[in-house]
Amino acid sequence: MSAIDFWLGRHRDAAGDLPGAELPWLARLREEAIDRFADEGWPTTRRENWRHTSLAFMGQQALAAEAGEKPEAVLARLRERYRTAVRGQARSHGAGSTLGEGARSHGTEGAVGAGLPANAAAFAPQDLDHWLVFVDGRFAPALSAIGGLPGGAKIGSLADALKHTPEAVEAAFGSASDGEAPQALNAALATDGAWIRLGRGVAVEQPIHLVFIGATAADRHLRNLIIAEAGAQATIVEHYPAGAAGSTLTTAVTRVLAAQDSQVTHLKLQQEAPEAIHLATIEAEQARGAVFASHSLSFGARLARNDIRTRLAGEGAEALLNGLYHADGRRHVDHHTRIDHARPQGTSREFYRGLLDGNARGVFTGRILVAQDAQRTDAMQRCDNLLLSRLAEADARPELEIYADDVKCAHGATVGQLDEDALFYLRSRGVDAAHARQLLTYAFAAEVLERIAHAPLRALGRAALLDRLPDGARLEELL
Amino acid sequence: MNAPTRSDAIGAFLEQDYAAGFVTTLETDTVPKGLSEDVIRLISARKGEPDWLLDWRLEAYRHWLTMTPPKWAAVQFPPVDFQDIVYYSAPKSKKDGPKSLDEVDPELLRTFEKLGVPLHERARLAGVAVDAVFDSVSVATTFKKELGEHGVIFCSFSEAVKEHPELVRQYLGTVVPPEDNFYAALNSAVFSDGSFVFIPKGVKCPMELSTYFRINARDTGQFERTLIIAEEGASVSYLEGCTAPMRDENQLHAAVVELIALDDAKIKYSTVQNWYPGDKDGKGGIYNFVTKRGDCRGARSHISWTQVETGSAITWKYPSVILRGDSSVGDFHSVALTNNLQQADTGTKMIHMGRNTRSTILSKGISAGRGSNTFRGLVKVTPKAEGARNYTQCDSLLIGDRCAAHTFPTIEVRHPTAHVEHEATTSRIGEDQLFYAMQRGISAEDAVSMIVNGFCREVFKELPMEFAVEAQKLLGVSLEGSVG
Repeated sequence: MSAIDFWLGRHRDAAGDLPGAELPWLARLREEAIDRFADEGWPTTRRENWRHTSLAFMGQQALAAEAGEKPEAVLARLRERYRTAVRGQARSHGAGSTLGEGARSHGTEGAVGAGLPANAAAFAPQDLDHWLVFVDGRFAPALSAIGGLPGGAKIGSLADALKHTPEAVEAAFGSASDGEAPQALNAALATDGAWIRLGRGVAVEQPIHLVFIGATAADRHLRNLIIAEAGAQATIVEHYPAGAAGSTLTTAVTRVLAAQDSQVTHLKLQQEAPEAIHLATIEAEQARGAVFASHSLSFGARLARNDIRTRLAGEGAEALLNGLYHADGRRHVDHHTRIDHARPQGTSREFYRGLLDGNARGVFTGRILVAQDAQRTDAMQRCDNLLLSRLAEADARPELEIYADDVKCAHGATVGQLDEDALFYLRSRGVDAAHARQLLTYAFAAEVLERIAHAPLRALGRAALLDRLPDGARLEELL
Repeated sequence: MNAPTRSDAIGAFLEQDYAAGFVTTLETDTVPKGLSEDVIRLISARKGEPDWLLDWRLEAYRHWLTMTPPKWAAVQFPPVDFQDIVYYSAPKSKKDGPKSLDEVDPELLRTFEKLGVPLHERARLAGVAVDAVFDSVSVATTFKKELGEHGVIFCSFSEAVKEHPELVRQYLGTVVPPEDNFYAALNSAVFSDGSFVFIPKGVKCPMELSTYFRINARDTGQFERTLIIAEEGASVSYLEGCTAPMRDENQLHAAVVELIALDDAKIKYSTVQNWYPGDKDGKGGIYNFVTKRGDCRGARSHISWTQVETGSAITWKYPSVILRGDSSVGDFHSVALTNNLQQADTGTKMIHMGRNTRSTILSKGISAGRGSNTFRGLVKVTPKAEGARNYTQCDSLLIGDRCAAHTFPTIEVRHPTAHVEHEATTSRIGEDQLFYAMQRGISAEDAVSMIVNGFCREVFKELPMEFAVEAQKLLGVSLEGSVG
């Protein structure tokens, strides 16, 4: 049972064992958070922010994990897929595979020095990426691999950071009143997460992968804190691969504090098991001139809800919220985004696309808020949905809330189906109907992926999409 | 161009007085303040209503008691004391009401004249039949005879209850049921009068029908109820204009409008709403909480809403269309202007239920001064609505840096053949546009007026001509001086 009492009990039992339990501020924050959660309960459609997604069923939902693959195997498969995807992309980009990859590995060789695999052709730049792996909500050092880091960069687990630099964590942890009720539950129960802190001007070239694997636990609660000091740069990837099967619950909160002129790119790849419930928040605070890009690819889980918020708290900040969701069967996927233009001259771009098949329901809410001070804001938002079956549903709520006059704001939303003319064209060229549909569906979705600047990650996103689409393997060969 | 001149001009423009703010002193027949079953019985008795209607009112009232005022709209106002409102006020006149214009209180006629209602011969010239509603009772209806020849029924609601009870009973509350929402329930309980239109099978209404609403007596709420039925193949264009005199207290206006279009019928409903908006400090003004809904019940029926909202302290209004019949069409064209401390939360709902239904939403919001303007809409395509098509365009124009413009559309699509598109933009009047006009010798004020009119043109062209002219004037008056 996951009724409120269950969670209150869980908090009582676990509070003493959670990392940083001895820190008074954290204990107090967890108290407040669980109180708030008990007060508000699971959100239902009566709450304005949950009009299309109800968690009322959570009151009766029994959570149980059925052990699946070993975490090692899940991780190995994920990394292998990444490798093949990058290799496939390199191949499809002409120039001949051996030459292409050889040239690439050559480029990075100088920077990294020794320790490269002997076979240069098999080597791909992603082997230098940093990997932090968490199993059932706890850091798994044995599975993790953090490569060489520039001075001033700290990548580790939140639990460790609470031991060594609790003050720094306190400043970034967030409060019990942030976000919605599930976020409060997360604050009360989070066991661990990533702690990434980049000093002034520190740039971490290779992506930092955070892999969250469910093994035997029925629920897990993760909190990731990313702090980029002035001018720092990093790319962070959150993976939620399918681990344990069964009705599991994941709550995740990722907080990004982007100081002046820093650049943070965040990619989230949600591929949880078909019965999983995934409730996540990504919230960023951007100082003057900070650039934040969020790419959210949501392909798994029975119910996935992503709250993505960024606040352009300094002048001239830039935000990109980019996302793609695919759902079939009886799945439900909800993205709830908010871009808060608090200061002048901010720029934001938001693009979401949805593919909805079977009985699935896709929900998008995007609010753009322009405060009175935020003159010369330039905000643009789009959400396009493709309905692939008779019973699928798409709901879109693009919202503009504007209190400044010197602004350029626009939003657009569409729901439709594949273009008959384009289908006809492909068929006239001898492509069979089913395949033509697949191609056009892929093309519609792939536009979102094009916005991922880092090429290997783009390939990774593409691979994840192809793995979701029926007949994806055939498409992949063709592309 | 330098800024001070501009904002001075804006200021002067914005500070224009409310031109229709005069009070007519009339002897009125008023029930005491407050609401109870007794008051409802009294209203019903005064109007000589049949029992079924009284029961209907009482049922609505009992339901209303269980409801709470909606909180979701982006408007702010102190809670309304529903016991502090006079629910019924009728000008005292001869027992049976005036038979002709000569019998109408001259004071009343002068009021209409000031408002420019073409009630006399002018009415004939203008080709408009007017069912003028003064506070709660309809005082004169013109052109009834000519309309009668075509079988068109156009009369006050109370008259319809007496003369055509079967029609009223058949259709009343079928589009907006009494329990629909808080204000609709209140209206159902206490509605005093309104207009009733019935266009029989195959008849194209020979003229545009028009009602002029006006809230006059102090402390009175206006709760009118309009019911328009177009039978198979019928068509009608209905015009509604509203003004209220200047009052310090906030007055409540909670109307219900129901439109029913059967097969191949067409109803075009146009509103120019110019209730008193309150003064520039936000004192006084009308609370306009209206439920308007059309039901495209028949195949190929067409309902079109056009509104120009320049008045009221608070507007809360969502003229909607239920597209039930196959191939039915719904339109919503709106211009909403808020100035000073006015707040408007308006928009539409298009519910696609039939096959091949189409809807268009065109909304132009203008915020000036410290006004707040919200578009709130819903486009819903139900699982059986094959081939539904919607196009929505929402534009907001901001004049001044203290105003607010919001857009909250909702799209819910449950059929894969649907095509739903929504576009929205927000911008202000460009410096370069103003500069261009001014260097051609056009005053800043005229330039703003021109630009705003251009911004609203697509909606104005949907209005019948007399209204289009009035609407343009109204915008000019409401915005005068607000360059920039």
